[in-house]
Amino acid sequence: MTNSLRSTFRYLNKKKYLYLMLLPGIAYFLIFNYIPMYGVVIAFKDFNFARGILHSPWIGMENFKYMFGLDDFYTVFLNSLYLSFLKLLFGFPFPILLALFLNEMRNRTYQKFSQTLIYLPHFISWVVIGGILVNFLSPTWGVFNLFLQQLGIEPVFFLADNAFFRPLVVLSSIWKDSGWESIIYLAAMASINTELYEAASIDGASRLKRLWHITVPGIKSTIVVLIILRLGHIMNNGFEQIFVLQNPMNLHVSEVFETYAYRVGILGGRFSFGATVGLFTSAIGLIFLIASNRIAKWMKEDGIW
Amino acid sequence: MNIRSRSDKIFDSVNYFVITLFALLCLFPFVYVAAYSVTPYTDYLAHPLRMIPTHVEFGAYRQIFKMSVLWTGYRNTIIITVAGVALNIFLMLITAYPLSKTDLKGRNVILLLITFTMFFNGGLIPNFYLIRSLDMYNTLWALILPGALGAYNLILMKSFIGSIPASLEESASLDGANELTILARIIVPLSKPAIATFVIFHAVTQWNTFFNAIIYTSKRDLWPLMLIVRDLVVDSGGVARDVLDASNSGVTEFTIKMAIIIFSTLPIILIFPFMQKYFMKGMLIGSIKG
Repeated sequence: MTNSLRSTFRYLNKKKYLYLMLLPGIAYFLIFNYIPMYGVVIAFKDFNFARGILHSPWIGMENFKYMFGLDDFYTVFLNSLYLSFLKLLFGFPFPILLALFLNEMRNRTYQKFSQTLIYLPHFISWVVIGGILVNFLSPTWGVFNLFLQQLGIEPVFFLADNAFFRPLVVLSSIWKDSGWESIIYLAAMASINTELYEAASIDGASRLKRLWHITVPGIKSTIVVLIILRLGHIMNNGFEQIFVLQNPMNLHVSEVFETYAYRVGILGGRFSFGATVGLFTSAIGLIFLIASNRIAKWMKEDGIW
Repeated sequence: MNIRSRSDKIFDSVNYFVITLFALLCLFPFVYVAAYSVTPYTDYLAHPLRMIPTHVEFGAYRQIFKMSVLWTGYRNTIIITVAGVALNIFLMLITAYPLSKTDLKGRNVILLLITFTMFFNGGLIPNFYLIRSLDMYNTLWALILPGALGAYNLILMKSFIGSIPASLEESASLDGANELTILARIIVPLSKPAIATFVIFHAVTQWNTFFNAIIYTSKRDLWPLMLIVRDLVVDSGGVARDVLDASNSGVTEFTIKMAIIIFSTLPIILIFPFMQKYFMKGMLIGSIKG
């Protein structure tokens, strides 16, 4: 016993610098990730600031019962899910297509140049993009409405119209991020064995055929991994994007869990209820992640673990 | 042979056309905003699609340079970007280096602990309560510390350091250098491309984000630039109105908004072409490990 203790001690002493280096990082994750994870217990408490987490009384599932009894909750749930679904359906394939196109470009200089432009929006804040959209679509001075006016059509207040909100969110996120998301597919394509292409072209396969029979299968596992990760975020619509495009008139379709938790929890000061909403969305995300990984394994794909 | 090359040619033309169209679409809004930030408003109303001003007018910029909120925002953003990046890189290096040692005892437990944070988090309210409890509410620390170390990038960094040949370190440790020296003298210089990538990523994030600021601050003089811009350009209610009215000078709200967009985004657009080389390399680090 003393012997093994001594050898442990000797090991720690030998590696002391490595362990010392790890301390700040571990402390960071404990404080900024694990303490908030513990903090989810306030979803099961009648929390108030004066008492703190420990001394606030337990109330079991009361907050959840209250949440499931609200009409608002179902609207928000549907909004979040529907928007995620639309983003997945239209937004997910786009970067793949973009990568396929970029990968087929023979002129490397032109390829690099167009990539630079395509990646640009990813580096711009949602505030700026929201600002551009709000002003371009403004009923008083927006360019779209000036254009409609010249055609003799009444101005449309796009961002106050429920019908336009979801398409605007989906399109603006495709515009902003699909270029950036295509990089990972391009990297996967770069690792495909070039002999496959040479063999296929000797056999007389056209470019389109080679693309379909070599490139697409070559990036299949990357696609699966990214779908799984996306499904893990099914309840996250991206606070910043929604928040800048949200206004009181489109709230009925634009309120999603992230903005709802902010509104009730932070602005409304109902901390326990806000935490309940947050815990619910985290739990759903985790369930989707685990389930989609299972399905991937079942379909003989690699999955993420 | 001829038939095939013809179908390939059609493929090529469609390909170049689609990519060119999308690339122009990505650039267009910024060019448009820039053009109308220096165009008189009446010109804009008359020709909203022409984009070439009859005469260039910098009145909007003269007005926004007088807005002290914008300069305060700029100052705050520069502070949280510089401090955030320095802290991020420092923490990432000292944490990733020990974790790159596959034989280090306890490594797997720590990696599991870190990886788990990618898939589950406490959510908005517990984080808010943490910041309040740490007395960081309404301080710039609340905009620097949360997010200073992220699991995903840390694991990429660990893989990158792990791919550095062990023989380079061994020769140094034979010379009696301890791990701190090895990290500073050997690992850091060899990790420069990865470090450059993470500097860019974190700097851009810190420059652009406003989520933490909206949650953790309520004082306007702590707001980063993007929250000020949101107030002035997206919202145009309350304070924004006052500022715009105070700048009563014949320059219209629309033109001022266009100028603010350019003013707040210019640093990113200017350094962007130089960043590409680094983040392309950085994305390849990620792809090594799937």
